[in-house]
Parts: sequence; structure tokens; C-alpha cells
Amino acid sequence: MHLVLVGTSHHRAPVELREQVALDPDDAQALAARLAADGREAACLSTCNRTELYVVAEDPERAERDAVAALASLEPEVEPALYRLQDRAAAHHLFRVAAGLDSLVPGEGEILGQVRLAYELGTSGPLLDRIFRQALHAGRKVRAETAIGQSPASVSAAAAALAEQVFGSLDGRSILLLGAGKVSEQAARNLRSRGAEISLVANSKTERDRIDEELATVDVVIASTNASSFVLDAATVAKRLKGRRGRRLVLVDLAVPRDLDPAIGELDGCYLYDIDDLEQIVVETLSLRRREAERAEAIVAAEAEKFHEWHASLDVLPAITSLRARAEEIREAELQKADALLARLDDSQRRAVEAVTAQIVNKLLHLPTVRMKQAAAAADGVLYAEAVRHLFGLGEDER
Amino acid sequence: LAELLFWPALLLYGEAAVGYFGDVRRPGRAGRAATWGVRLGWLAQTALLAVQATRDDGFPWGTWASSLSLFVWLVVSAYLIWGCRKPYRLLGLVVMPLAVALLVVARAGGGTGNGTVSHYSNLFLVLHVGLVLAAFAGFTLAAALSGLYLWEERRLRTRPATILRRQMPALATLDSLALRTVAWSVPLLTLGAAVGLVRLVGRHDRLDVLIAVTAATWLVWCAYLGLRLLGGWTGRRAAYLAIAGFVLVIVVRLALPATHFA
Repeated sequence: MHLVLVGTSHHRAPVELREQVALDPDDAQALAARLAADGREAACLSTCNRTELYVVAEDPERAERDAVAALASLEPEVEPALYRLQDRAAAHHLFRVAAGLDSLVPGEGEILGQVRLAYELGTSGPLLDRIFRQALHAGRKVRAETAIGQSPASVSAAAAALAEQVFGSLDGRSILLLGAGKVSEQAARNLRSRGAEISLVANSKTERDRIDEELATVDVVIASTNASSFVLDAATVAKRLKGRRGRRLVLVDLAVPRDLDPAIGELDGCYLYDIDDLEQIVVETLSLRRREAERAEAIVAAEAEKFHEWHASLDVLPAITSLRARAEEIREAELQKADALLARLDDSQRRAVEAVTAQIVNKLLHLPTVRMKQAAAAADGVLYAEAVRHLFGLGEDER
Repeated sequence: LAELLFWPALLLYGEAAVGYFGDVRRPGRAGRAATWGVRLGWLAQTALLAVQATRDDGFPWGTWASSLSLFVWLVVSAYLIWGCRKPYRLLGLVVMPLAVALLVVARAGGGTGNGTVSHYSNLFLVLHVGLVLAAFAGFTLAAALSGLYLWEERRLRTRPATILRRQMPALATLDSLALRTVAWSVPLLTLGAAVGLVRLVGRHDRLDVLIAVTAATWLVWCAYLGLRLLGGWTGRRAAYLAIAGFVLVIVVRLALPATHFA
């Protein structure tokens, strides 16, 4: 059986093309089921950055043609942007995807869940089941043993991480949004996903009193208005701090020109970050992720190699099974011949003879079994299997 | 045997102190090695104290030097509660060099060997010395938490690009842990001092300098609790006050015991 991968991603296709072949979970499941006809196995991984079809089939060329046709039926122009990989290369690719190494932001965590979903919605058999489970294991291992996914990779995530560094849990913390730009919305969404709540979305010019009032109670201020001068100055914030009884205040200024007076950052209990601070943190984070990616690649390569060895051993498995069956058959036949002699033995002695003969067979076959599996991993497996069949006359009876 | 146990304890604490400095430069392996140094060193020192207790017929901390050794053990024990967790590893930067220095002083004063005989009753020592030292260990840990708070707060203010590279406890967590530690330690000191005062009155002894400085230490930590719980003090101000209280703890431990034990 062969593993075939056909797909496209942000490396090959612009968003206009990717969105044409992006599938929701129901459609992805239906497509996988369609491709899995004729006893094949199939899974469809579809995210905003990639759509990939994994098919396990006896005839890889035909499986590839079917997969290409399936994606081309969604958008004919996608064909030149498709990559096609088989067996070892396809498996290694899936392992890299699960580890977040093929993502736009190295190490992003969402992809692992998306790979799991593709696995759950796919039509799996022994091979696809094995490769997806091993890919998920590799993804988890990379995240556990490297720092590739530990730091924030966007301005909004960096703002949320800094707030957590000050408050610990953000559960129940309140946010004041000054202005409602796209970036500030993302930052607020990120904070809300960690348990914080928006207490007020304010327009800087019309709601001055309400802003002052909220300043006495909120924990996080996110500012991104179009104002040409400071929306909040240090004196105003200092006045409001008196009523806070030492409660900390995190202020995130995402506006250019800035909305928040830099002098606020000097006030006791205030932690002020502007867009430059956050962008520098993200740059540092991404460089750290790239450094960690080298270690992650080594983990992925090792896991992919394990899969390859297992996959290759499938070629020689029937020969190994036949060889062992033949050996067992001979052992039992010889014991039958010696039945008259063995009849004189008591039960424990007979059991000992059984055990010794079985052990001899096992020991004799151990090395050939290991060597055949090794040869299979080195691509000589089929030749070895044929040689074993020939030397031991395996399968001749059936012929 | 005491000699055999002292050196592993000291060397492992020393390894931990160096390891934590290495962990600041490159987080990871050095920090893990340091944490194991603390664990194994603590086991060695526990065995040392047990040997001392066995040889000296019950309670060997009748001299200031031997009580200093117990103090180090209590501080490291308290640190082990949090120090093994990754975000709190850096507490070791404050705690372990201090532990090494105080253990060396304890040895120089003869507090880690055998043969020290207490001039006091065992029950008195257990209650008075035990409670006071446990309180001081708590104050030391609270000061270490406050030191870590000030370091972390400075980083959050100076905003280096690497600020999120290291996993650190949140400011609010450090602040509340310091408060909780002090809230446990002040009653211990109060009880320990009360036991000492009862004995002082019973024996018609006079107040000495150590008692006066201990009273000042008690007042500072009571003020810390009062200002935090009633005055709304948090963060930097509270951290500085904790460190001031810790300076008094060190003065009591190191500078004045000769007068009290004489």
C-alpha cells in the first residue's frame, strides 16, 4: 500500500486560490469518503493556509490522479499550485505540518487540532490510522520538548501575554477599549479568550466622563483611536490611581500617533506598552521560534523515520509470517513423529520439550526477521522476501 | 558522620546557587540541575541535623551557630515548597547564595559538628528557638519573593524585547505569595517571642540587645501586614518594606546572637 499526498498551501497558492479549495468539516469528510472508494483510505486536511488530501492505495498513480481531479473540480486553476508527494516524503510532510513547522508562523498551536480533526473525519484504515496518530504524537512531542510554541507570535497575543505576566490569570479582569480598530479588536478578543471581559468600548471624544469613571476600576486599557493627540495623559491617570488602592493597570497603546502619554508608564502600578514594544517582542519571539525549529526538525525526522521503518516492514511482513508458520509447522510435525518416545515423559517434561523446541525456532528466526525488516527499510525488502520465499519454499504448496 | 554530611550539603547548595545564575543566562538545563542540587543538599542537611540530634541527646541547637544551621535548613525547606516549580526557580538566586553563606558561618561557629550541649531545657528550645527560626525562615522567603517581584517589575517597566522568553510568576502572584508567607510567619514569631518572654520574666533575666532588635523586627513585619491588609499597600512599596524587614532578620541572626546566648 502506498501513501499519496496532493495539496496546496500558503507556500504555493495565494489566498484567492486557497479560499477556492478550502473546505468546511462536512465537505472535507464527504470528499475523503469519496476518495476512499475501492477499499482505499483517505483524509482531507483543510485550514485557512492549506488543503491537503492524503490517500492510501495500492495504485499510487491512480490515487494521485483522483486526488488532483478532486481538487481541480473545486477550482481548475489550482492544479499548477498543487504539490504531489508519495510514501516517505508524504509522511514526513504530514509530520512537519502537525509540528507546526510548515505553518506561516512556526510552531503555531492550532494546526495540531486541525490535523486531529482531519484524522477523525477521514476514512481511516491501518496505514492512515498509524500515520496520523504518529504525526499527532510528533506534534505533541515537538511542543513538549522545544520552546517553539511557547511565546506569542502576534501583537495581540503579546499584549495578552504581558497582561498575564502582570495579573496571572485574566479570568474576570475588565478591559476598557478606546477606539475600535482592527488590531485593538484582535487584542481584546485575545484577552477575552483568556477570561477577561470588556467593560466599555469608548470613543475618545464623546465619552470622556465615562472613560474617567472606568479608569478607576478597569484592569486593562487598549487604545487605538485616530486622535492626533494623547487621549489619556499622565495627570488624569494619576488622579484615578488614588482610588484604585494599589490595583495594577496594564495599558496597551496600539495607535500611531500614540493615544497614551508615555509618562503614564512611570506611575506606580501602571505598565504601559506601545506598538513598538509589542512588535519588538514579536520579532524576538519569531526568531526564538526559528531557532527552536531546528531542534523540532530533528524530532520530526526521527519520528518520520520510525514510521518509514514500520511502513517498509509491511512489504516483508507476509514473508516473515509465512516463514514463521512454516517453522512452526515443521516443529509440530517433528514432535508428532516423536510422540511414541515423548509418551514416556510426564506432563512437566513434555511441556519442557515443547518450550525448548519453540525457543530454538524463535532464536533461529529472530535474526532473519530483524535483517528482513532492516532490508525493507533500506528498500531491499522485496528482494529479501522473494529470496526467503524461494529458499524455504514458502507458498509452493498453494501453487 | 556529621563532617561527612556537611560537605555534600554545602557543595550541593553551592552547585544550586551557581546553577541558578547559569539559568538566568540560558534557561533550561542549569536550572534543572540547580533544583536537584537543592533537593539533594536538603536531604544531606536533614541527615546532618538528625545525626546532630541523635548525638547531642535530643536538641542540638543550643548555640547561635547550630541554630543558624537549623535556620538555613528551614529557609531551604520553605523554598522547596515553591522552588521546584519552573516559574519560581529564580527565587533560588536569592535563597541559595544566602543558604551557602549562612551555612559556612554556622560551620565557622561550630554549629555543624557534634558536642554542643544546650544550657536550656529541651521544651523551651523547641518552642522558643523553633518558632522564632521558622518565622525568620518565612520572612526570608517573603523577602526573596519580594526581591523577585522587584526584578520582574523592573523588566516589565523597561520592556526588553526578551521579556517573554523566560517563564516567570506573575507580579500579582508574587505579591500575594509574599503576603501569605508573612501572614503565617508573624504569628509564629509572636508565639516564639512570647515563650521567650515568659521564661525571661520567670528567671528574672534582663532584656538584651537581641531582644530589642527582635522586637523591632516583629514591629516591622506587623507594620507590613497592617499596611498591606488595611492600608492598601501592594507592589513596590510593600516589596521594599519586606526587604527592610529581612535586613533586620539578618542582623538578629548574625550580628547579635553572642549577647543572647552568652
